[in-house]
Amino acid sequence: MKSSPQAFEGLRQRGLKVRQPSRTIATTDHSIPTTSRSLPILDPIAATQVEKLESNCREFGIPCFGFHSEDQGIVHVMGPELGLTQPGMTVVCGDSHTATHGAFGALAFGIGTSQVEHVLATQCLLQQPSQSFEVRVDGVLKPGVTAKDIILALISRIGIGGGTGCVLEYRGSAISALSMEERMTICNMSIEGGARAGLIAPDDTTYEYIHGRRYAPQGADWDAAVARWRALPTDEGATYDKSILIDADALEPMITYGTNPGMGISISQPVPTPDSGKDAIERDSIRKALDYMALEGGKPLLGHPVNVVFIGSCTNSRISDLRQAAAVLNGRKVSPSVRTMVVPGSQEVKRQAEAEGLHEIFRAAGAEWREAGCSMCIAMNGDQLTPGQYCVSTSNRNFEGRQGKGGRTFLASPLTAAATAIQGTVADVRSIL
Amino acid sequence: MNPFTLLTSRVVPLPIDNIDTDQIIPARFLKTISKEGLDRNLFCDWRYHEDGSEQPDFILNKPEAKGAQILLAGDNFGCGSSREHAPWALTQFGFRAILSSSFADIFRGNALKNSLLPVVIPEDVKQELFALRENDANLSITIDLETQTLSLPDGRKVEFPVDPFAKYCLLNGVDELGYLLKHEREIAAWEARQPWALNTLGA
Ligand code: SF4
Repeated sequence: MKSSPQAFEGLRQRGLKVRQPSRTIATTDHSIPTTSRSLPILDPIAATQVEKLESNCREFGIPCFGFHSEDQGIVHVMGPELGLTQPGMTVVCGDSHTATHGAFGALAFGIGTSQVEHVLATQCLLQQPSQSFEVRVDGVLKPGVTAKDIILALISRIGIGGGTGCVLEYRGSAISALSMEERMTICNMSIEGGARAGLIAPDDTTYEYIHGRRYAPQGADWDAAVARWRALPTDEGATYDKSILIDADALEPMITYGTNPGMGISISQPVPTPDSGKDAIERDSIRKALDYMALEGGKPLLGHPVNVVFIGSCTNSRISDLRQAAAVLNGRKVSPSVRTMVVPGSQEVKRQAEAEGLHEIFRAAGAEWREAGCSMCIAMNGDQLTPGQYCVSTSNRNFEGRQGKGGRTFLASPLTAAATAIQGTVADVRSIL
Repeated sequence: MNPFTLLTSRVVPLPIDNIDTDQIIPARFLKTISKEGLDRNLFCDWRYHEDGSEQPDFILNKPEAKGAQILLAGDNFGCGSSREHAPWALTQFGFRAILSSSFADIFRGNALKNSLLPVVIPEDVKQELFALRENDANLSITIDLETQTLSLPDGRKVEFPVDPFAKYCLLNGVDELGYLLKHEREIAAWEARQPWALNTLGA
C-alpha cells in the first residue's frame, strides 16, 4: 500500500475505525528491497513506510502480511494465491493493477488514497456506471506467443486511452483456454489500455484454482459458493457498448519500442517512423518517444543490444512465468553483457520455484535469483536502471524513468525476455524454441 | 475541502498527449508518509537537470507560469499509476483546474477529491487554446463551475461536463466520506445480506 499512511491518518483525524477489518488485508510490496530478508531495509524512508504500515495495521486490527511474513508478496500475486480473490467480489486496492483480480470474475479496480480511506471507513465507494467493452480473442496461440502478447497486442490497437470509462470483458476461445495465471497477466494490464477494470467470466478453470486455498470456502460453503458463481457469467447474446476482435492465430510475440504501453509492435516489425502518426500530436509523441529511447524509426528492434533483463512484476512473476523463463534458460548461459534479474512475485512463488529447482537453472545460467517484491518494475526499492540503459522487462509500464531515471524499457513476455538475456540483444524466442 | 466556484487565471500549456502520473510525480517520491512537499518534485524529470538545477526551457520554470492556476494539457492526461500524489503535487504547486480533451479515469476521480477540477473540452477548442497561448503568454481564461462554462478571451463560452454529484461536492466543499458515513444503516443492511463474505481474520 504505497499511499496508505495518508489514508490511516485521515481516519485518525476523524476518529473513525476500520469498518470491516475481516474484509481487509495489507501487504508490503512496492518499496521493499529484493535482497536477502535477513538484512534490515537500508533506505530509511522505505523502512519508515514499511514500519508505519505494520503499526497502522496493528492499531486498526487489519491482518498484515508484512516484511517478514512467509506469505508476503506483491498483492496481486499473493491475494489470489491465498484464495482471497473470488468470483463476484468487488476488490479494491490503492494500486492501479488491481484489475488483475478480474481474472476470477471479480470486479476489481485501483483506487486513490482518498478512496482507500472511504473504503476502510465505510466499505463503500461512490462510482459512476462504467461502459462495457468486449475483447473477443478467438483461435489458438502459436508456440512462443503468450498471454502477455495478447494484452500488448490489444493495447497497441486500442491505445492507452482506448478503454477509458470501460470495464473490459475478455472472452472467446483463446481466453477460455488460458490458465488462471495467464488470465491474470491479461487482466493485470487492462489499466494500460485506460480501462477501469478487466474481467473474465469464471469457469471450471477458476473453481479448480481456488479450491482448497487458505481463504477459499470449505465443505458445504464451497458447494454453495460455486453454485452462486455459476450464475455470474455474461448471458448469451448480451450486447456491449464497444467490441474488438483479436485473431489469436495471427499473433506474434509483441514488444514495445516507445514510452507508453500502447507503443507496441510484433517483434519482427520495424520500429514505426514519426510519419506514421495519424496527426501532429501523435507524430510528435512518436518522435519524442524515439528520442528518449534513442531509436531510429524504420529499423528493427530485433538485435538491439540491452543491458538488463527483468523477469518479474505483478504481470509476470507467477510460477508459470518462471517455468517458461527457466525452460528457455535451461542449459544455456545469459550473455555476459546483460544483467538478468529473476524476481518471484511472492514468497510462495519463491518456495515453489525452489522446490522445482528453477532457481538452480537461473543461477547456472548466470541470472540473479532474488527475494519477492515489485523490484525493478518501479524504481523505488533500490532495484533500478541507470540513465541510458536498455531493459527488456516483463513488467507493465515503459513510461520515461519508470524503471529508473533515464532508463529505457522494452515490455515483452517472459519467453522474449529470457531469449533476449541469452542473446544479449532483443531476440525472437521462436528462433530458439 | 476547499470549495470551487469561479476561477480566472493564466494558463500553463503542456501540449503532450498521455502525460502519465509517473511524469507528474515519479515513484521515487512516493515513499513519503505525509502529503506535504510534493510540489517541488512536480514533473521533476522534465523540470530539473541531472544536477538538480532548473531546466530553463521547461514551462513550469518560466516566469509566466508563476501563480498560474490552470494547466492546459494533451489528450488522456493522468494515465498510469493510481497515485493520488499526482493531484496532491499539482494542487500544492497551485493548480486548481486542468483542461484537456480527455482524462484517465483514476486520475479524474483522484483530482475531484482534491478540489482539482478536470475540465474536458472538445479537441478543436483545445487546439485553439494551445494556439492562442502560443501567441499570448498571458492568456487568461475563466472557469465557472456553477454554469459549467469556460469563457475564452473573445467572450465565447464553451460548456463542459461535470458529474452532478462531484459538482455538488466541489461547489460546497463537501467531501465524499462525510456523505458516505450518513448511509451507515443501508451499509449495515447490505452487509447482513452477504453472510458468505470473506473473513481475512479467520483461516
Ligand atoms: S509489480 Fe509493479 S505494477 Fe505491480 S504492484 Fe508492483 S510496482 Fe505496481
